[in-house]
Amino acid sequence: MPTIIVDGISYQVDANDNLLEALLGLGLDLPYFCWHPSMGSIGSCRQCAVIQYQDEDDQQGRLVMSCMTPVTEGAILSIDAEPAAEFRSAVIENLMINHPHDCPVCEEGGECHLQDMTVMAGHSMRHYKGLKTTHRNQYLGPLLNHEMNRCIACYRCVRYYQDYAGGTDLAVFGSRGRVYFGRHEDGVLQSEFAGNLVEVCPTGVFTDKPLSERYTRKWDLQSAPAVCTGCSMGCNISVAERYGELRRIHNRYNSEVNGYFLCDRGRFGGGFVNHEDRIRRCGVRNASGVYDPVSKQQMLEKVSALISAAGSKVVAIGSPRASLESNHLLGKLVGRENFYSGLSGREQSIINAIYAIQQTGGARIPTLREVEAADAVLILGEDVTNTSARLALSLRQTVRNRSKEMANQIQIPLWHDAAVRKLAQDEKSPLVLVTASEDRLEDVSCLTHRAGPDDTARIGYAIANIIDNRYSRPADLTDNEQTLAASIASILKNAEKPLIISGSGSLNLAVVEAAANVAWALKGENKDSGLIYCVPECNSLGVTMLHDGNSNNLDDLLSGSDDIDVAIVLENDLYRRAGSTAINSWLGKVKNLVVIDQLDNPTASVATLVLPAASFAETEGTLVNYEGRAQRSFAAFLPQGDIQGSWQWLLDIADQVGTQKFGSIRQFDQVTEDIAAQNAALSGVTKAAPDASYRSGAGQKIARMTHRASGRTAMVADVTMYEPQQPVDNTSALAFTMEGANLIKPGEVPSSLTPYIWSPGWNSNQAIIKFQAETGGALTDSDPGVRLIATASPVADLHTRHTTIPAITRHQGGSLQLVPGYHLFGSEELSAYSKAIAELTPRGYFAVHPDVAGQLGVADHDGLETQINGANVQLEVVVSESVARQCVVYSYGIDATGELVHEKRGTFKKAESWESSRPSNLIMSDR
Amino acid sequence: MIKGILDLIRNTFTQLITLKMVLHHTFSPPDTVQYPEQMPYLPPRYRARIILTRDPDGEERCVSCNLCAVACPVDCIVLQKTESEDGRWYPEFFRINFSRCVMCGMCEEACPTYAIQLTPDFEMCEYDRSNMVYEKEHLLIDGCGKYPGYSFWNVSGKTISGKDKGEAENEAEPVDVRSLMP
Ligand code: SF4
Ligand code: SF4
Ligand code: SF4
Ligand code: SF4
Ligand code: FES
Repeated sequence: MPTIIVDGISYQVDANDNLLEALLGLGLDLPYFCWHPSMGSIGSCRQCAVIQYQDEDDQQGRLVMSCMTPVTEGAILSIDAEPAAEFRSAVIENLMINHPHDCPVCEEGGECHLQDMTVMAGHSMRHYKGLKTTHRNQYLGPLLNHEMNRCIACYRCVRYYQDYAGGTDLAVFGSRGRVYFGRHEDGVLQSEFAGNLVEVCPTGVFTDKPLSERYTRKWDLQSAPAVCTGCSMGCNISVAERYGELRRIHNRYNSEVNGYFLCDRGRFGGGFVNHEDRIRRCGVRNASGVYDPVSKQQMLEKVSALISAAGSKVVAIGSPRASLESNHLLGKLVGRENFYSGLSGREQSIINAIYAIQQTGGARIPTLREVEAADAVLILGEDVTNTSARLALSLRQTVRNRSKEMANQIQIPLWHDAAVRKLAQDEKSPLVLVTASEDRLEDVSCLTHRAGPDDTARIGYAIANIIDNRYSRPADLTDNEQTLAASIASILKNAEKPLIISGSGSLNLAVVEAAANVAWALKGENKDSGLIYCVPECNSLGVTMLHDGNSNNLDDLLSGSDDIDVAIVLENDLYRRAGSTAINSWLGKVKNLVVIDQLDNPTASVATLVLPAASFAETEGTLVNYEGRAQRSFAAFLPQGDIQGSWQWLLDIADQVGTQKFGSIRQFDQVTEDIAAQNAALSGVTKAAPDASYRSGAGQKIARMTHRASGRTAMVADVTMYEPQQPVDNTSALAFTMEGANLIKPGEVPSSLTPYIWSPGWNSNQAIIKFQAETGGALTDSDPGVRLIATASPVADLHTRHTTIPAITRHQGGSLQLVPGYHLFGSEELSAYSKAIAELTPRGYFAVHPDVAGQLGVADHDGLETQINGANVQLEVVVSESVARQCVVYSYGIDATGELVHEKRGTFKKAESWESSRPSNLIMSDR
Repeated sequence: MIKGILDLIRNTFTQLITLKMVLHHTFSPPDTVQYPEQMPYLPPRYRARIILTRDPDGEERCVSCNLCAVACPVDCIVLQKTESEDGRWYPEFFRINFSRCVMCGMCEEACPTYAIQLTPDFEMCEYDRSNMVYEKEHLLIDGCGKYPGYSFWNVSGKTISGKDKGEAENEAEPVDVRSLMP
C-alpha cells in the first residue's frame, strides 16, 4: 500500500485508486461533480483540484485534478493550500454563473450535491453581472421532472444513462455554453433505470416527479431501512413518509446487492401504499355483498369464533409476497398440514427445484457485485430486464470486463473511464441470450437465439452435454441446435468465471434443470461457474425455504374435494395464480373466506371477512432474495385505521383463540426466533438485523426522523393542542421520533438499521462515502443481510440429476406454446397500482411472430382468443418479428393471468368480435 | 466613638435623600402607560404576530420551500407544497401554532421570498389555546407587507404562466440547441 502525505499527514491508501477516491476514502472533504464511484473519472468538471508537490523542497507545487491522478508512492499533496482552494472556489463560481435562483422551488434543495459542494468550495457571493443562459425543459414521462436551467454540464447523466445503463434516448446536444442534456424530442425516457438520474445528477435537473407532486424536503421525511418488494433481487431501499403517506423511495447502499442503483419499478412502485383501494378498516360482507365496517376487536372475535368452532376445518394460504414472519405464523395457526404456500403447483415445483439445485453446492450463487466480475454469461429463458431488472443493470457492467482486461494489459487504470471505453470500442465480454421474445439485453449480447421454453431447455441440455458428455443429451438434436450449442459451449469454456442465468420466468422446469446442468458441467471443468435463478416474487424463495421445499401448494388445495369451514388467505390474490373457474368452484366448498391483504383485489372482493394488512412501508418483515439472503425491512410509519402487519393480526387472532400453539410468542422478534428454531434452513434469519432490544452506544434507539425535522408542535395542532406522545415502537430498535441515535456521529447506527443517509456537510445520498470502509466498497459496518444458503462442497453425481429432456416444439395447427411475457411496469401485482407505473403499463396482449399471425389470419390490433380451463380469453394481437415461431407470448400480470399461467399450450383463433380499445386516427408519433 | 457619630450623620443624610425622592415622585406625572386606552409606538420591524404576504401581482408569495419551518426553533410552522395550474409552487396548507411561537423572527430571516413577515401586532390573547392556531386563511394578507415590489418568480428560473424561460431578471433568451454558430 502506497503512503501519501496530505497537508503534512501521512496516510496509507490503495494503489489502484485515483487521488480523489483515496482522499475521500480517508474521510477528507474534497468537492467533486463528474466523478462517480461506479462510473469512474473523466475530469470534466475541474472541481476536485489539489496541489501536488514534486518533492519536499518544492514549495509551489502544481494543480492536479485529483480524480485524474493515480495514487503514487510518497506523493505529497495539499487540499488546503491557498492556490488549490482558490482554484476550486473559482471553478464553482463559474459553474454557478448561469445557475437559476431556484433553490426554494427546487426538489433537490436540502439534498443537493451542488449546494453542498458550493458551500464546501467556499463560494458565497456572485460577481458575474451578465445574463444567465436558459433552456427549455422537456416532458420525460411520469417518473422524472426536467429543469434544464439547473445543469452544470458535468456529463454524469449521459455517462450513466448511455454508458452505464445502456439507454439510447438521453444525450447531450448543442455546443459550447448551449449544451443541452435531454431527449431528441419530448417523450417518456425508455430506460428501465432512468429513475437513478434523480441521484446521479448532482443538481435538480432530473427530479422524482411523484415526490414532487406531494413534495417534502429530505429533512422532513421520516424514513426506514426497507427492502424492495418489486422482485426477487432484494434491493435495499430507504422508504420515506410524511403526514401518513409514502412520499418516496430512495436507494440504500448495499455493496453486495444494489450498490448505488435501483430499477424504476423499485423506485416508483411504492405508490400503491397511498392507493385509494387500500383496505383501511375491518370489513364483514353482508347479505347484499357490501362490506360493513367492524371494530378490530369485533373482527378478532368473529375470526376466532370461526376458527375455534368444534370440528371446523381450517386451511390457510400463504404468500410469496408476504414476510417470513407472517407466513410462519399462519402455518403455525392452522398447522403445517393445513398450510398451502400460495404458489401455483407449476410455480412451486419450479421453485422447489431451484432451491434443491442451490442446496447441492454445484455452483456459486453470485451476489450482484459478483455478477459484475463474470467473464461470460449465458441467459436461458429469462427476460432479466423485466423480471429482475437490477440484475440486468449489473450484466451491462459484466460485459465490460473485456475492456477492463484490455486496459489492464496496457496499464490504463480502470477508473480512467473515457480511456477504457475508447480503448475497448465495441469489444465486450460474451453474453448469450436464449429467450422466447425480444430482450432488452440484445444490444450487449454477442449471440441471441429465439426459442420457446422447451427448445431453450434442449439447447441448455445440449451445451452441458458438449462440455461434459456425462450429462444427458437430447436424443433428436437438429443440426441447428447442435451448431448453436457447440458455439455457446465454446464461449463458456473459454471463460474463467462463466455465469449461467435462468429462472422461473418461462414457467418451465426443464429450462431450470438445463441451466443447472450447464453450470455444473462447467464447474466440473474447473471453472468458477456461477448460477443465478430469478424467482418471481420478493419472498418466493423464503416461503419455499420455510417448509424446506415441502409445502403444499395452491393447486393441491383447489383440486381437493373437502368442504372447508374457514380458509385464511394471506396477502395473495388467488385470481392471479389459478383460473377463475377453478377458484370459484373451490370457493363453493368454502364456508368462510378470510382475507388479510393490503388492496381491494379480486380475492378480497369475494371474502367473508377482510382484515387490513400493512404494506412493506408500514411494518417489519424478513424477506429472502434470489441468492438466499435474508434481509429485514422496517416500517417507515404507523398505518392509519385498523391496518396492522399481517404477523400482528395472526398474533392477535391466536391470542383471541387462546391457542397454546404460540407458546409465549407475543413480539415480532420472538416470531423471528421461532422461525430460526423451527427451520434449520432459516436458522440464520435472526442475524438479518439487530433485534428490538438493540441500543446505540449512548443507549438510545435509532431515530427515523432527521435531527432537524420541522413542524412537530404544529403538525396536529389543527386537531388537538395537546401534543400527543410520538408513537412508540416496541417492534424494532428504531423510533418514530427525531430523538435518539442518528447519523451525526459515524458508527452510531448499524447498516441494517440506517434509515437514510446523511453526514455533516453532505446532505445528498452521496454522503454514503462517509459510511464506506473504502470508496465504493463495503459499508464500514458490513453490508446488511445474511446469506442462508451455504456454499457447501458439491453433492456427488450431479450429472445424474436432470435427465428429463422435452421434445422439440412444433407448431401444430392453432396450438401454440404459451409463454409469459414480462413488463417491468405492470407485471408485478402491487407496484402496478402505483399511479406513475400504471401510466406506463401496456395493455394486455398476445404477441406472435408474423408467420404465425399470417397462419391465424390476424394483424396488429386484431384480437386473438383461446378457450382455456373453461374460460374464454381474448386479448389484442401484437405482431413481432422477435417472438419465437412456436409461441404466443402473453402479458403476464396484466390481463387474464390466472387463466393463462397454468397451461403450457393453447389453441388460438382470431377473435371475430374483437374491437381494439385503441383510439383510432392516431398518427405514428402518438403511440 | 467617632465612627459611631460619623455613621449617624451619614444615615440621617441618606434618609433625607430618600424622603426627598419620595416627595418628588408624589408630585411628578406617572410613568405607567394606560394600555390599551393608550397605545405604545412599535416600529414596523417589531417582531410579533406573523403574516403571509402576497406578490405585487396579488398571488400568494409563499412558494412552500419549507425554510421557515426548518428555521423555527420551536417547530411551530408546518405546511405542504402543492403546485398550481400555472406552475407556481404554493402551500396547500400553512399552519402556525402561535401558542408555541416565540416571535424570534427566524422564519422571516430564512424566507427567500419575503412571504412570511413579523408584524408589530403582539395582541394575541385567547381563552382557548386552539384559537392560537392560525391556518393560511388567517395568516394571508392582501398586500406585500414590508417589502413592496419584490416578486420571487421574477428572479427564479422556473416557468410560470405569463413568465417564460428567458423572461426572468438577468436571463438570456432560451438557447437554440440546434444552432451551429460558434
Ligand atoms: S440544483 Fe441545487 S443549487 Fe440548484 S436550484 Fe436546485 S437545490 Fe439549488
Ligand atoms: S443534467 Fe445533471 S448530470 Fe447531466 S450534465 Fe447537467 S448537472 Fe450533470
Ligand atoms: S430490481 Fe427488483 S428488488 Fe431491485 S429495485 Fe427493481 S424491483 Fe426492486
Ligand atoms: S420560507 Fe417563505 S416561501 Fe418558504 S415556506 Fe416559509 S413562508 Fe413560504
Ligand atoms: S471530479 Fe475531478 S474533474 Fe470532476
